[in-house]
Amino acid sequence: MSNNEQTNSHSHFPWSHLIGFGLSIVLTLLALWVGFASDFSFRTIMIIVVILALIQAAIQLLMFMHITESDSSRIQVGTILYAVFIAAAIVAGTIWVMSFGMHNMNM
Amino acid sequence: MESVEYSPNTPLEYQSETGRLNILGFWVFLGAEIALFSTLFATYLVLVGRTGGGPGPEELFELKGVLIETFLLLTSSFTCGLAIHYMRNHSLKGVFLWIGVTLALGLGFLGFEIYEFVHYIHEGAALTTSAYWSGFFVLVGTHGAHVTMGIAWISLILIQLKQRGLTPDTTRKVFISSLYWHFLDVVWIFIFTAVYLYGMVM
Repeated sequence: MSNNEQTNSHSHFPWSHLIGFGLSIVLTLLALWVGFASDFSFRTIMIIVVILALIQAAIQLLMFMHITESDSSRIQVGTILYAVFIAAAIVAGTIWVMSFGMHNMNM
Repeated sequence: MESVEYSPNTPLEYQSETGRLNILGFWVFLGAEIALFSTLFATYLVLVGRTGGGPGPEELFELKGVLIETFLLLTSSFTCGLAIHYMRNHSLKGVFLWIGVTLALGLGFLGFEIYEFVHYIHEGAALTTSAYWSGFFVLVGTHGAHVTMGIAWISLILIQLKQRGLTPDTTRKVFISSLYWHFLDVVWIFIFTAVYLYGMVM
């Protein structure tokens, strides 16, 4: 690990940014297609688009934010992975707890 | 790791201890921001469907406006990355150009978002209409407030950049604000998925 890694791309065309941008657009359009033009069930659609969103977030972190470029890259990646775990626990846990016994409610 | 100091090729923002620690500290802050937004997402998702007899998202969400907002913010994240690329090639002009484009796209995003919010309120879906719309406006509004914050912050950094040029201090500030800007796009990807796609496909 050195903090000079990114300098390899110095004074070159910003390919990684361009590829990241292209991939983000493709993933967004793919999510749209899955959502509106595919025949999958609602559940399958949501699983696929959430996975597509996670991939796109990873592209931002790696290709735009260069999360792995510095000497502290391991701490940075660890922090973000831990935060993602916390986020998943909060979101999934909240939905699970709050939807308990929902079928008994008059909505 | 041995204490070899940076090569002349090392980006300016990593050349001082303060710079390196500030950047690391900002990543820790972004971790906290992820936790903050996750609570808002959790609240929103629990309140989906609790429209209390008022309008629901499927009646009001319009794909066209959402797509414009999405591509404006996505493109601004790309141009913000280009600004950092030019900063590392020591091109002050490139930084000004691409940060300028980024801010313009950010303002465009905000404009469309404000228009969207006003439209919803006219259609009878305001913050106090129902639990669902409270969750919606707090989640999407917090993101919009972050974008507003980012535009103001980056504008101030541009002024300093104009005065002092590319130094270890100013490049650090530009780099950290670029992390913030990219992060806002990451949050938007999830808003696009969990709020808009979910709301329209449902």
